[in-house]
Amino acid sequence: MPFILTAVFAFILYLIITSGSGDVLGLWSYEEIIAGVIVSVVAGAISGRFFCSNKNYRMANPLRWVLLIIYVIPFFIEMARANLDVAMRVITGKINPGIVRVSPGLKTDLGVLLLANSITLTPGTLTVEVDEESGDLFVHVINVNEKLAGKEIADEKDLFPIFNLVSWIRRIAE
Amino acid sequence: MIMFVTEALFLVFIAIGLIFNALGVIGILRFPDVYTRLHAETKMTTFGTIFIGLAAIIYCTTAFISTKDGQYMDLGVNVIVIIIALAFTNATGSHAIARAAYKSGQMPEKAVVDKLSEVSE
Amino acid sequence: MITIWFMVAGVLSALILLAMVRLVKGPTAPDRVVAFDVINTLTVGLLLVIGIGFEELFFVEVAIVYALLSFVGTLFIAKYIGGEL
Repeated sequence: MPFILTAVFAFILYLIITSGSGDVLGLWSYEEIIAGVIVSVVAGAISGRFFCSNKNYRMANPLRWVLLIIYVIPFFIEMARANLDVAMRVITGKINPGIVRVSPGLKTDLGVLLLANSITLTPGTLTVEVDEESGDLFVHVINVNEKLAGKEIADEKDLFPIFNLVSWIRRIAE
Repeated sequence: MIMFVTEALFLVFIAIGLIFNALGVIGILRFPDVYTRLHAETKMTTFGTIFIGLAAIIYCTTAFISTKDGQYMDLGVNVIVIIIALAFTNATGSHAIARAAYKSGQMPEKAVVDKLSEVSE
Repeated sequence: MITIWFMVAGVLSALILLAMVRLVKGPTAPDRVVAFDVINTLTVGLLLVIGIGFEELFFVEVAIVYALLSFVGTLFIAKYIGGEL
């Protein structure tokens, strides 16, 4: 099973990268498709056990990939807001940093990875450390207001004011 | 008309990309400690490079529609792959740097609150 | 439209030189790694812009490989600084 999944993933990636090379279905040439099959079989044989190392096949469902692509839209809006915020701070030099604790309650590795990356790229926050047992994240915030500094465990609402990205990630990865 | 709109959008995207890249570089020169520099670095340069990539995609799409040359489509698709790779690797890399800086004993300067130090000791 | 790409490439090169100030000056090792990461990201952007400007696919493909390999390099340096290696 890991072998087939990795080979299919590698083949799809190869097709995406080489699209526009020939005439099969208007996009690919026969040489590229044959080379892609050979390369992806080799890649699946070598790296299948690393790619699917936790025996968790949730992401084989194509619906989750569609959700992952739709997730880009709210994520991008949050990211643009965060960038304007940090740009103002670069110009004015007004910072008020601190490290707070967030407890999102995600269980899978992929969920924690997606959330940590989303936090790093969005509103003035940066993941510093992950508590492996509980899945809690320690987040460096560039502007800690008084309300946030008083709390023991910060809410998701404090980090993502516009969209609830945590429930999006829960729908994608769990 | 469409020609004009795409050209304007292209120039705007390039301008946004360059401005954010420049702010990211200025940010790492101005901010006082590693963590705040990482804020500037990760968000600004990733965002700026994404916008330069979007401008490249617009350019490739208009060239592909006007010339029907498969080469432009190939270029545009590769740019999309670069954008996805950058968004993932930059965030994970800055996470690794922040963790390493904390482990090597650098405390965040002027920090109001530090919940991690209560746990790690 | 083509010449715009080379102007963008020039600006990005200037930004890379500016980021090198932090690489040389940075008081601690993590600061230098941050500057190094900025230079990597800007180099990927520079390769992308040059590839579009010359309409040559190889630059863009090299940019993909550079993005992934520089990420591995950053991870290893970070592990080394954190004392896990």
